[in-house]
Amino acid sequence: MSGSRRVTVTAGLLLLLSMAGSIAVVRRLDQVRSGATLEEVLYISSPKLLKRMSLGYEGLLADIYWTRAVQYFGNRLIVRASHYNLLAPLLEITTGLDPHLLVAYQFGANFLAPSPPNGAGVPDKAIQLVEFGIQNNPDDWHLYYELGFVYYLELKDYAKAADAFDRGSKVPHAHPFLKILAAEMAQHAGDIQMARALWTTTYQTTQDKQIRANAVAHLRALQVDQDVTILEQMVGLYREQTGHWPSAMADLVTAGMLRALPRDPTGRPYRLAVEGRVEVEAPDDIPFIEKGTPPGYQPPPPKHLESQP
Amino acid sequence: MPAIDILGLEKTYSVGFWRKRPRRALCPLHLAVEDGEILGFLGPNGAGKTTTLKLLMGLIFPTAGSARILGKEWTDPTVKSQIGFLPEQPYFYDYLTARELLDYYGRLSGVPAKQLKSRIEAVLARVGLPDVSGMQLRKFSKGMLQRVGIAQAILHEPKVVFLDEPMSGLDPMGRREVRDLMEQLKSEGKTVFFSTHILSDAEALCDRVAVIHLGELRGVGAVEELTSGVAGKVEIIWQGTMVPASLKALGAECHVTGDTVRAVLAEASQDAAIDALRRERLQLLSVTPVRKTLEQYFVEKLKKSETAGGAP
Amino acid sequence: MSARIVAIAANTFREAVRDRVLYNLIAFALLLSGAAILVGQISIDIERLVVVNLGLTTVSLFGVVIAIFIGIGLVSKEIEKRTLYTVLSRPVRRWEFIVGKFFGLAGTLVVNAFFMAIGVLAALLYVAHAYHKPDGWILVAVYFIILQFLIICSLTLLFSCFSSPLLSAVFAFSLFVIGSFGDDLRGFAAMAHGLTGLLATAAAYLVPNLSPLNVISSVAHEQPVASQLIVYNTAYALLYAGVALCGAVLIFERRNLK
Repeated sequence: MSGSRRVTVTAGLLLLLSMAGSIAVVRRLDQVRSGATLEEVLYISSPKLLKRMSLGYEGLLADIYWTRAVQYFGNRLIVRASHYNLLAPLLEITTGLDPHLLVAYQFGANFLAPSPPNGAGVPDKAIQLVEFGIQNNPDDWHLYYELGFVYYLELKDYAKAADAFDRGSKVPHAHPFLKILAAEMAQHAGDIQMARALWTTTYQTTQDKQIRANAVAHLRALQVDQDVTILEQMVGLYREQTGHWPSAMADLVTAGMLRALPRDPTGRPYRLAVEGRVEVEAPDDIPFIEKGTPPGYQPPPPKHLESQP
Repeated sequence: MPAIDILGLEKTYSVGFWRKRPRRALCPLHLAVEDGEILGFLGPNGAGKTTTLKLLMGLIFPTAGSARILGKEWTDPTVKSQIGFLPEQPYFYDYLTARELLDYYGRLSGVPAKQLKSRIEAVLARVGLPDVSGMQLRKFSKGMLQRVGIAQAILHEPKVVFLDEPMSGLDPMGRREVRDLMEQLKSEGKTVFFSTHILSDAEALCDRVAVIHLGELRGVGAVEELTSGVAGKVEIIWQGTMVPASLKALGAECHVTGDTVRAVLAEASQDAAIDALRRERLQLLSVTPVRKTLEQYFVEKLKKSETAGGAP
Repeated sequence: MSARIVAIAANTFREAVRDRVLYNLIAFALLLSGAAILVGQISIDIERLVVVNLGLTTVSLFGVVIAIFIGIGLVSKEIEKRTLYTVLSRPVRRWEFIVGKFFGLAGTLVVNAFFMAIGVLAALLYVAHAYHKPDGWILVAVYFIILQFLIICSLTLLFSCFSSPLLSAVFAFSLFVIGSFGDDLRGFAAMAHGLTGLLATAAAYLVPNLSPLNVISSVAHEQPVASQLIVYNTAYALLYAGVALCGAVLIFERRNLK
């Protein structure tokens, strides 16, 4: 039986080696081709054609394109890419195949509008996408919310934002908050409270991890902005009381103005800089902040990836 | 050294969904076939004849035991170039012609390319199929297929030939031809191991027979020995239609056929019977001892073990 | 050894060629290539695009159908019809039989792809009236399609060793479809966690990765194919087919024939 044994052992070893080899090659192929399949998306001029070609399985195909969209964005966000050219077409195809995929509209609203590296930088496409969603799902209040959100955050068109919230509030079973947002938008658009309310609502009304993570990041930034404002006020007060700037945060604690050393949401203590400025230790770690950065600070530039787009 | 030496080959199938019910297709078989002899492997259908052949050919694997062919392990691939096999009711690639099939088999058996063509012609002539070029095997009759089967078994001039029911499906002419061929093979010094359930063929051809039933070997022996035992009867044939009363008294069984009578009676009464016939002035035609037939041996072997508590 | 493998491969090839069903499929495929010309004429600008897209897709799909059609019976038919009895009683090793069958089937498909590709190129010449340099990449696309055939052949052969023809066809076709979405499957596996993630990852690497082998759209748009891609694809096809073949050998080695 030795001949047969030898064959069995050889074949078995060869199988394991080839299996390992094939897995290695697949991983290498992934690197070489990153995004290649997705480029096809640029060649599909019409989602309607794709819908017809999917032979009735458009739901499945929509799910596949949705997965691709999320992966595409996630992979690029990690490396802070400078282009997200495929995100809009991917989402358009996804929603073209399945107009009722709510999360796709939410995703588009949150990530098409902001500029790179946090988004694709195409707010008009975002508006277009969400309007398409509203057309197909006129009774879903979430979509009006997203619409208003984009107008408020990126385009800073508070009138249109109010209008969107208003339309949404009229939909049956709408979140009661929409009415309030519509009313407040006119007066308090620029307030931190408004921004905080919006981001909190976004966080609460979605299940998507990336959208939530994004909302949390914004909320933290708002927290920092608020903290810095308050701390700088305190520093000013200190100066008025003592006649000189404090040398370190600890002085404020000694003076009884603070109970303990204040920390930012990443856990690092706030620093005192010259002329009473309060700064965060590691601004790179807290995206979206508008206060607390050293003068002349530039956030790290988005990366040009080898494989465009 | 025996040409084929079967050393306890055994095959048990596990049947049933959870594989709990074992079915013994072949109990441990010990059998040796000498060089240059024809051995008949006899048994009723389902006895285990084909199982044995499949085990020897390596088509199925034994539960236990081994075998040696021409001195080497039966699984040794080099042995296979020296053996030929004709399966029961063979089926060949029906889209090939006979020549293409033999060419394919010849290459697989390692027949040197130069000799291949001439060997194919020779073997086709030998089995009586010289004019079949161009015809695809799907159009062959059963008898023709059987001949092709024999042709492929002997094409590479093996030393040992295994035939599984080589006469099946042949007409009397065909069977005669196959018998002649097998005798030719023996005269060429080849060893032939063939299985059959037709006893007359075995009786005519074999040097030895082995009887198998329900997976168990029931008896082995030379045909001569097994049938030489006089059954103790004698057959007398005489002219005429008259049967003397005294013969009947001796317990003869008489049959009248045309104008002769054939009577079978105990050997001991032979002289008395002949005397009786002479007294009546009847013309004796022949007096022949009746030999025990292979069939009797066969049936005996089958019955013996069944009464003795039988096989599982 | 090699002489026996060549003999088995040649016989397998001969069997495929004499199977009339094969011709029907090829004829139908060529017809489709011709139809591509008509479809392209509806919209003048994209004639070339349609011919290449539809033509190459036809070559790919029909080839897979043929591979499955012939492949599922490769071993199971021989066991069923017992034609194997007279083959294995000869000095042929069981693994040689498997390897020979594979090369026979692969050879059939290469020849088949060759003829169908000629059909596509002819149709292309008709609509474009001349060949341009980027058309060379079409040959690379055809080469990738052939690599895809190798993978499918090895899989159908593997299934044929232990499964009935119908089931083999179902398995093989399913793996072809899933493998075409291999990228997405790996993407899903990357996003999933826990047991689902583990199972998905295992599935993602077991399933044949056919997406990189499909460059039809980019070739239709006259995009070049990276030479790295050619190298890695070749390696992958050979390795994966190797895995399936080894599996087939292992299964067949110990199989009791009926």
